[in-house]
Amino acid sequence: MTSPVELERSEVDEIGAEDTPWQTIVWNDPVNLMSYVTYIFQTLFGYSRDKATKLMLDVHHKGKAIVSSGSKDKVETDVAKLHAAGLWATMERP
Amino acid sequence: MKPWHRTGDHVAATFERQETQLLRALVTQIREILAARLAQEPADELAAITGIRAGPSSAPTDRVLARLLPDFTRGDSDLAGGLRSLHEPELIDGKDGVAALVLNTCPPDGGRVRLSVEEAQAWLSALNDVRLALGTVLEVTEDMPDELPHDDPRTPYLGVYHWLTYVQETLVHAVSGQPGF
Repeated sequence: MTSPVELERSEVDEIGAEDTPWQTIVWNDPVNLMSYVTYIFQTLFGYSRDKATKLMLDVHHKGKAIVSSGSKDKVETDVAKLHAAGLWATMERP
Repeated sequence: MKPWHRTGDHVAATFERQETQLLRALVTQIREILAARLAQEPADELAAITGIRAGPSSAPTDRVLARLLPDFTRGDSDLAGGLRSLHEPELIDGKDGVAALVLNTCPPDGGRVRLSVEEAQAWLSALNDVRLALGTVLEVTEDMPDELPHDDPRTPYLGVYHWLTYVQETLVHAVSGQPGF
């Protein structure tokens, strides 16, 4: 029998690292419309209109906002979806 | 063009011939820019065998492409390069796909466009890509005036940019049910 090498390695190497969740950051941008950004937060993340609007206003007024967090894989997927929609997003681990 | 409106579970708007020709030309340009980037994908025997495509690991030097395909992370260039290589081909496919959908649903001679919610979402992404590209070239800022001085070379293009903003904004309102204009 054989087993995936990568799985074994990740179980050993990433203990501890997994405890610190990654964050998805959306940055302010002069092109993206406030209405569109709110709509994307609602459709991509299933957020309520109120929550999506609050996050959009944080991006607008503070320059950025944390819009989701979790495992590296989850956040990576979120950033890819945001890039597909044309939002300026990055991921980081605080 | 009049603003998009909702008809049952669809949204619709009617465009002039000149408007759909302009929109189709702009969307086609985005496809060409993305295709040029895709042509830079490293030829890879592993990709041929596994079907897993790898994109370039460095960000585009062209500022429009750089805005359409931003880095996944800041401060860790190795991670950014790896994530770009992994995700960029699929992102380009997605952007090309929404652009193709606009071309398939936007009549060359103008007329009524009627879209399902899914099609409207593809239009929103494609319109946004065009606005990002044009906004980057025009160096749009948040306090961009509606009009620039007449001798500013960007003046004719700013009108196009504002029109695209109107098309996208009214489409967001129609598809989301938010109160609009």
